[in-house]
Amino acid sequence: MILRRTFLLATALLASHAAALGGERFITLASTTSTEQSGLFGHIVPRFRQDTGVGVRVVAVGTGQALALAARGDADALLVHDRAGEEKLVAEGHGLDRRDVMYNDFVLIGPKADPAGIRGLKDAKEALRRIAAAKAPFASRGDDSGTHRTELRLWRAAGLDPKGEPSYRELGSGMGPALNTAAGLDAYVLSDRATWAAFKNRQQLEILAEGDPTLFNPYGSILVNPAKGAHIKAADARRWHEWLTSDRGRAAIASFRIDGEQLFFPSAVAPRS
Amino acid sequence: MDEFGRAFALALRLVASLDRDLLEIVGLSLAVSLSATLLAFSIGAPLGAALAVYRVPGRTPLLVIVNALLGLPPVVVGLLVYLLISRAGPLGALGLLFTPAGMILAQTVLATPIVVALVHRLCEGLWTEHGDALRADGASHPRAALTLFAIGRAGLVTAFLAAFGRAIAEVGAILIVGGNIRGHTRTMTTAIALETSKGDLALALALGLILVSLSILVTAATFWLNRGVGAR
Repeated sequence: MILRRTFLLATALLASHAAALGGERFITLASTTSTEQSGLFGHIVPRFRQDTGVGVRVVAVGTGQALALAARGDADALLVHDRAGEEKLVAEGHGLDRRDVMYNDFVLIGPKADPAGIRGLKDAKEALRRIAAAKAPFASRGDDSGTHRTELRLWRAAGLDPKGEPSYRELGSGMGPALNTAAGLDAYVLSDRATWAAFKNRQQLEILAEGDPTLFNPYGSILVNPAKGAHIKAADARRWHEWLTSDRGRAAIASFRIDGEQLFFPSAVAPRS
Repeated sequence: MDEFGRAFALALRLVASLDRDLLEIVGLSLAVSLSATLLAFSIGAPLGAALAVYRVPGRTPLLVIVNALLGLPPVVVGLLVYLLISRAGPLGALGLLFTPAGMILAQTVLATPIVVALVHRLCEGLWTEHGDALRADGASHPRAALTLFAIGRAGLVTAFLAAFGRAIAEVGAILIVGGNIRGHTRTMTTAIALETSKGDLALALALGLILVSLSILVTAATFWLNRGVGAR
């Protein structure tokens, strides 16, 4: 009867899904929402698979959660952007061989009307001071992600503690949702350049301040310690790790563009002159 | 407002072109949610019937708990199942994390209380009505329950569809347990969440429209199959 037919349908669908994947070799990579939502992985993972035959299953979460996944042994490798958290993971023995892979930068985004008057500033600390002084709404990620950690460091460097201010909104959401909210509130927001470039629901928002060296955003690759258990795919994870920093990997990262704009710069390459 | 128009056009275009990525996530959504609904049904229906037919001690507290679980937030279920099947968790060795099987487990946990509560409510009414007659015929309790199922088949269909609706609509649990991995654990709802994150609201809404159409199809198919059974 119904149940049997439904069971047959469900089984057939699952089987076709399994067959489509067909015992594919893969590693599980814990990474950030900024790299996934910008479309970077859609660009570089197929190239890696072509070179090595290994697939990469990307779990895109905040950097804080990615580090936690690694510590529990739920991923084989990480690609994240919080230097302090990355070094702590290695120091605690959960991760191995942290390497600089690529960088881009953060940008301060706000409404075109710019009530705090930060347009064109090169000094991020000054921009934050003006936003605070103008009591202009600021949308904070508030999710312990790499971007959130950077934002908190910038406020501290500016000598300010915005927590508790009514104009300071802690959202507890990923980069894209935070941009959606900022667009709705006409708020200022700190974003990585890649997610912004791929973001479509901009409304009144635009980049207002950029170019401060403190807005540098480096991404690191870390291997999860194989001592976490036999399930860790150490050999294939190392291939990915090595590939990312190889000429092939660097070229793949550098060739990812949105509207002609390069969004991630391989670290191991000599600085552009 | 033109978002709605664009979303509608986009949905039609995606369906008409049989977009490969779309077919994949539609297939996975159906497979995971139908499997979870079947599991929830095979656990929940006997349990709901038993709670109606047997007067066991502790029945009322159990019913209160089951009904309270109807409001269980998917994200909590996702977190609990994640901690269970994480490599460091008690079921870690099974390797279910970030797989469709793990997602089925999470949705089964979500859907089972619905089946128990609805089947219990159905059988309780039927038992009050027909219980004496069935007992007078000398039917054993399990046999009586089967008879109740036959009488209340339409109610069972409702329970099945309610459980399926809960499973196919949720995103919080499978996002955590499945990881929303492209080509592997991405479903309709997690794809909608992702496109909303990217600010591509038209595409997100188009996927939403397709999901609703899918639900209508499943419901219609269930009604139609049920009628077929009745005619035999």
